[in-house]
Amino acid sequence: MEWKGKLAADFLVWVLLLGVPYWLPLVGGYVELGSRVIIYALAAMALNFLLGFTGVLSFGHAAYFGLGAYCTAITIKYLYPSTPVAMLVGIVTATAAAAVIGPMIARLRGVYFAMCTIAFGQVFYFIAFRWSSVTGGDDGLSAWHRIPLNFGFATLDILNSNKAFYYFALTAFATCAAAMAFLLSSPFGRTLLAIRENERRARFLGIPVDRHIWASWVISCLFVGVAGALYALLNDFVDPRALRWDQSGNFVIMAVLGGMRSFWGPLIGAAIFIVLQDYVSSVTQNWMSFIGLFFVLVVLFFPRGVLGIIRRKAVT
Amino acid sequence: MTQLLLFNIFNGLIIGAFYALMALGLSLILNLSGVINFAHGGFLAIGGYLAYTLIPYLGFWGALVVSPFLTAFIGVLVERVLIRRLYGRDPLYSLLLTFGLAFMIEDGTRFIWGAQSLPYHIPTWLAAPLSRQYFFLTGYRVFMVLLVTAVVVGLFVILNYTRLGIRIRAGTLDLETVSVLGVNVRILRNLNFGLGIYLAGLSGVLAAGMLGLQPTVGDNLIMPSFIAIIVGGLGSLPGTLAGGLLIGVASGVTSVYFPSASEAVIYVMMAAVLIVRPQGLLGEEGRF
Repeated sequence: MEWKGKLAADFLVWVLLLGVPYWLPLVGGYVELGSRVIIYALAAMALNFLLGFTGVLSFGHAAYFGLGAYCTAITIKYLYPSTPVAMLVGIVTATAAAAVIGPMIARLRGVYFAMCTIAFGQVFYFIAFRWSSVTGGDDGLSAWHRIPLNFGFATLDILNSNKAFYYFALTAFATCAAAMAFLLSSPFGRTLLAIRENERRARFLGIPVDRHIWASWVISCLFVGVAGALYALLNDFVDPRALRWDQSGNFVIMAVLGGMRSFWGPLIGAAIFIVLQDYVSSVTQNWMSFIGLFFVLVVLFFPRGVLGIIRRKAVT
Repeated sequence: MTQLLLFNIFNGLIIGAFYALMALGLSLILNLSGVINFAHGGFLAIGGYLAYTLIPYLGFWGALVVSPFLTAFIGVLVERVLIRRLYGRDPLYSLLLTFGLAFMIEDGTRFIWGAQSLPYHIPTWLAAPLSRQYFFLTGYRVFMVLLVTAVVVGLFVILNYTRLGIRIRAGTLDLETVSVLGVNVRILRNLNFGLGIYLAGLSGVLAAGMLGLQPTVGDNLIMPSFIAIIVGGLGSLPGTLAGGLLIGVASGVTSVYFPSASEAVIYVMMAAVLIVRPQGLLGEEGRF
């Protein structure tokens, strides 16, 4: 019974996502909003790989998101004008940075881990902010744009068609989501769950816990890097705000709001958060207060997230 | 060259003392309640802005005394209404809550006092340079060092010799036992939070005199305080103090030789500490 329900939910999610360019404008949205939602959803799901499925609290994922975004932008602007190559450079750089920083923090737990990820995240913010000859400093990196995809036999004009870009982003999203689902159902993913549930017991079973946490961290940062690369392409622009600490907080609140213990939770959280942010910032200048209040309310009243509440109702 | 180096070491000590003051407040709250107070920078801004508003009525010295207490009072209220509910739960939630608070405070100060930067007047005799001959050093900076020293000494006296302080230290080690021994832990945590926020408020008043006031004044100061805690060692207040001074001096010395790396050096120090001694310089192993 349960797997049938899961299958139905998966089917519903994919049908809704595939139809976004057609149904979203009907309810008052626009296609770019849909693209933004799936990009943030990918980032939040990647974070949740670590947060929800390994039980490790990272508050510095914006750094790898921003690293992916900046390296994509820099590659297109200065080095080689090709969207896939630029994305690859962005993703590889983000993953490499995570792999180097990982061993320093994989030994730490809980609040200490969170603090160190925040502090390391800020390094990249400073680099983006100070190294203005390359990154454009506070003004960000503009005057470049994504390049249409050329397959040899056909071209996909992701530059001028919002719809084409949406489907391009969705393809990336689907690939990453499938990869994460595969990893989570593999023995490796089950080991991560075991570490989340009881680290000491996992250690007694001979599982190299620190190495698994490092691997989970690198995988998580890899997918956040993909989201960052897509984010740069979506806006044709990056600025240091993409990798500031408040961005990391946004990813975490999306995961919590949707439900950390479920695979699709962060997608729901991202959809609610992005739509709300879009609406609030169009109505009032004091949107920061509202977002802050939203954080507080979610923590106090919805700590289990939307899917957590639904699941609990289903049980009782 | 030696003169420049000495000047920068001293300057680094001033900045370091300042980081330490802020980090001590963060550390107090973190040790006893397990809450990373992300809104610490926000409380710092509140301290500065309250002092700015109070100066016309109380003068510079009056504002310096009263504003941190008012900030601490706000802190106590916030703990009572919001943060208390999250004790004992995953640290994720308190982190998110203080994150939201930081947003609200920043936007709130912008709403009340405006987004543009405000000048903060300090007495002219304090603002004047002490000596033109050797190097440029205002009386205000020396005053800051003296005040921070006094406050830190006072804090350690409170923690070592008063009943409240001893209970706070005991609670840091084993809160459950302290509770069983008949100490009201709720009030203890409440007062401890207030003490931490008092330090943030005081840092805010001092920072206002040095940097002026804008709603984001705390943003650039909170990261070095985090690093001061990590370098010094989680759970150790003397460690936090040492960490603050150390990164201050390190960035001061670096600014002599590689000015552009003066911010990066503190992150390098953090990385080095994490590789060699993950629990921090004076931290105990296995605590976190």
